[in-house]
Amino acid sequence: MTIKVIALNTFKEAVRDRILYLLLFFAALSILVSRILALLTVGDGAKIIKDVGLASISFFGALMAILIGTGLVYKEIEKRTIFTLISKPMRRHEFLLGKFFGLVLTLLVMLALMSVIFLALVFFHTFSVEWKMLLAILYIFIELILITAVAILFSSFSTPILSSLFSLCFYLIGHFSWSLETLIKKIPAGIFKVLAQIVYTILPDLENFNFKTEVVHGLTIPPQVLLYSAAYGFLYTVFILSLAILVFRRRDFI
Amino acid sequence: MKTVLAIENVHKFFKVGFIPKKKEILKGVSFAVAESEIFGYLGPNGAGKTTTLKCILGLIFPDRGKIEIFGQPHLEPRAKERLGFLPENPYFYDYLTAREFLDFYAQLFRVKKDERKERVASLLNLVGMDRARDLQLRKFSRGMLQRIGLAQALVNEPSLVLLDEPLGGLDPLGRKEIRDIIIRLKAEGKTVFLCSHILQDIEMICDRVAIIVDGKILSQGPLTDLISEKILFTEITLSGLAAKDLAGLGESLSAHGGRTLIKVFHEEKIQEILDLVKNRNAKIHSLIPRTQTLEDLFVEVVKSQ
Repeated sequence: MTIKVIALNTFKEAVRDRILYLLLFFAALSILVSRILALLTVGDGAKIIKDVGLASISFFGALMAILIGTGLVYKEIEKRTIFTLISKPMRRHEFLLGKFFGLVLTLLVMLALMSVIFLALVFFHTFSVEWKMLLAILYIFIELILITAVAILFSSFSTPILSSLFSLCFYLIGHFSWSLETLIKKIPAGIFKVLAQIVYTILPDLENFNFKTEVVHGLTIPPQVLLYSAAYGFLYTVFILSLAILVFRRRDFI
Repeated sequence: MKTVLAIENVHKFFKVGFIPKKKEILKGVSFAVAESEIFGYLGPNGAGKTTTLKCILGLIFPDRGKIEIFGQPHLEPRAKERLGFLPENPYFYDYLTAREFLDFYAQLFRVKKDERKERVASLLNLVGMDRARDLQLRKFSRGMLQRIGLAQALVNEPSLVLLDEPLGGLDPLGRKEIRDIIIRLKAEGKTVFLCSHILQDIEMICDRVAIIVDGKILSQGPLTDLISEKILFTEITLSGLAAKDLAGLGESLSAHGGRTLIKVFHEEKIQEILDLVKNRNAKIHSLIPRTQTLEDLFVEVVKSQ
């Protein structure tokens, strides 16, 4: 109940923040630009639109999660609004989870808006509603949930600028860590292989949530892969949130 | 009398500086607040008033000591159910309107929807903010924030209200209004814990006070016990007498427009001055006995440190 109240207030805070609309504007622009790119390309223009559109949704969604998420908790502490909140009958983890779910709700709404623009653009090109695009968008959403958790973790002990940098690093590392997996396959067994394996396990692999290529090219995705990716996202999010709660629980608000 | 808030031997250290050094902010603070009293918590800037308050509210964790609210450990949500709190220089969610803001806090106390609407309206009325109910808090002045902050502290109809500098940033009329509200809270049987350094206000409304200096409580008790009723001196303003006539009777403070202000320390000297005035056909304009004020006590306690 307390979590819900805080989540709804966080949603209200986020949707009254101008930065959200700025990002939404650029996301829409970026999705629409794909139409121009399609005109310039030889071959299947619809694929370009889908590819660029989905990439825009993913990128701007991540930016929204990072830029708003990193400010959420920090601002409460900095502006001392947290004083009156924590003094109410609530546990600290309820506060943090409320913030988390509030931002997740915001991102859901934003993703829905971007999806509508995207699907409409695709519709005008192919004259069919391509529902399977939503599968890729669903996994983008799972990725954004994880990024939100990361942003909130950093926000609970660091300033927004540093938190944004850390979260951006997490996002970039997450999208390139798959190359480590390739490396592990190539190097001979030994200490380095084990080390690489450990590093790969700890680092996030956000490519697990990337089904854009499969969806755009109409490839079939085995259900176990989908299931594995969803479970990976869920467990990683729970892990990061637990870490955030642990940091937050014993913190002094001076 | 039932104890509402009990603080026992609370210590708090902060790490300060680039190479962290431990600094003790609270050095074993103990006091108890009884039901239905207005308790004043005084101290100079940096003495540890707000730190004590933050310990009570669970914003920071004491390193040693025990805090109980209504006989329960202070971090229990149940203990906080009946607590109201107004922070110093309150900042709130500036994107909310006054009504949304109070409604949000009422929701945190699980107040039902119909009841919330009613309560928010009556609180806005109580603090005189009716006209600003649909205005976003970012457009509020400091005094308005202070009022809406007080409304927020009362949203759950608390039994214990903790107020940190509730009269700061208010004009004289606003201060009187807030003072009246505090007195009304006491009349309703609520307990008020008040941190302030506006001593006149505290003196006017508090039943008991504790004075904290440098992390230690130096003096506490009922205001009437701490401040003696004894007359310290009497200030007399008179005209028609020359300064030399008054020599030896008191300390002459000023002489303007034919009037002399004289500070008299002994009662028998007052009589002598009155006789002199009568004999010489002079005139008394005022005669004011001065008892000890909270300010005198405060200055005395702080200086003794």
